[in-house]
Amino acid sequence: MTSDSPSSPRVTPETLAALRTDMLRFATLQLRDPHLAEDMVQDTMLTALNKADQFAGRASVKTWVFTILRNNIIDAIKLRARTVSASAYTAEGESLDAAFDTLFKDNAHWSPATRPVAWGDPEDALQDQQFWTVFEACMAHLPTNTARVFMMREVLELSSREICEDLSISMSNCHVILHRARNALRTCLQGNWFTASGCATC
Amino acid sequence: MLSCKEVTHLLSEAQDRKLSLTESMQLKLHLMVCKGCTNFSAQMDFLRRACRGYLTRDTPRDDD
Repeated sequence: MTSDSPSSPRVTPETLAALRTDMLRFATLQLRDPHLAEDMVQDTMLTALNKADQFAGRASVKTWVFTILRNNIIDAIKLRARTVSASAYTAEGESLDAAFDTLFKDNAHWSPATRPVAWGDPEDALQDQQFWTVFEACMAHLPTNTARVFMMREVLELSSREICEDLSISMSNCHVILHRARNALRTCLQGNWFTASGCATC
Repeated sequence: MLSCKEVTHLLSEAQDRKLSLTESMQLKLHLMVCKGCTNFSAQMDFLRRACRGYLTRDTPRDDD
C-alpha cells in the first residue's frame, strides 16, 4: 500500500468491483458477445490495477477506467469487424429501410400520421433511470453491424472517417448506415418513451 | 425544394460532415416551412446528447 492522502480517489480492487456491472453492460452492448465482453472487462480491471499509480486523480475513477475499456473495445472492433462486407449492412438494413419508407407519402414528404411531433422537454428524460432502460433496449434492438457503426460514431465518438477506414466501408455507405440507425432509434424512442404507444417496427 | 425524406438524410449527415453552402441553404429554407422536419432535426440533436451522456450518467448500484 502506498501512502496517498486518504481523501483522494484511488484505484483499488473495491472501486473497480463497484464499476464492474456498468462496464459489463457497456461492453456487452458494444460487442454483442457476452463472453468477449466478460474477458474484456476482466482485462480492463487488471490493466487499471497495474496502472493504478498512473491515475492522477484529475478525472473520476469511472472516467479513467472507462477510457481504458473504450480503447480495448475499439481495438477489438477493429480486429473483428473489418471483414464485414458492404452487402451485410444492406441486407440487415432492408426491413429498417422499408419501415422508414412507410413514414412518407409517394412524394417523399411526411405522411400526416407519421410526421415527427415535438418531444416536449426531452432533457428531463436524461435524468430518468427508466429512460435509459428504454434507450438501451432500443440500442440492443438495432441490427448488429448497424449498431456497431452507430455506437462507434456516437458512443465511442470516432469520426466517420475513422470508422470508414477501420471497417473498410465507403463514406457514403457509412452515412446511409448512420441515417438508418438514427431513424430506427428515433422511432423506437418515440414509440416506447415519448408517446409510449408502442411501435410496430421495433 | 427538397423532399422531407432528403432532408432527413441531410440532417443525419450534418452530424458527421460539414454540409456544403448549397445544402445548408436548401436545408434552412425547408426547415422554415416544415414543422415535421424541424422536429426531426431537434430529435437528431437530442439523440446525440443522449448518446454522449450514456457513459457518464449516474447509474444505481445493482446490489442496493
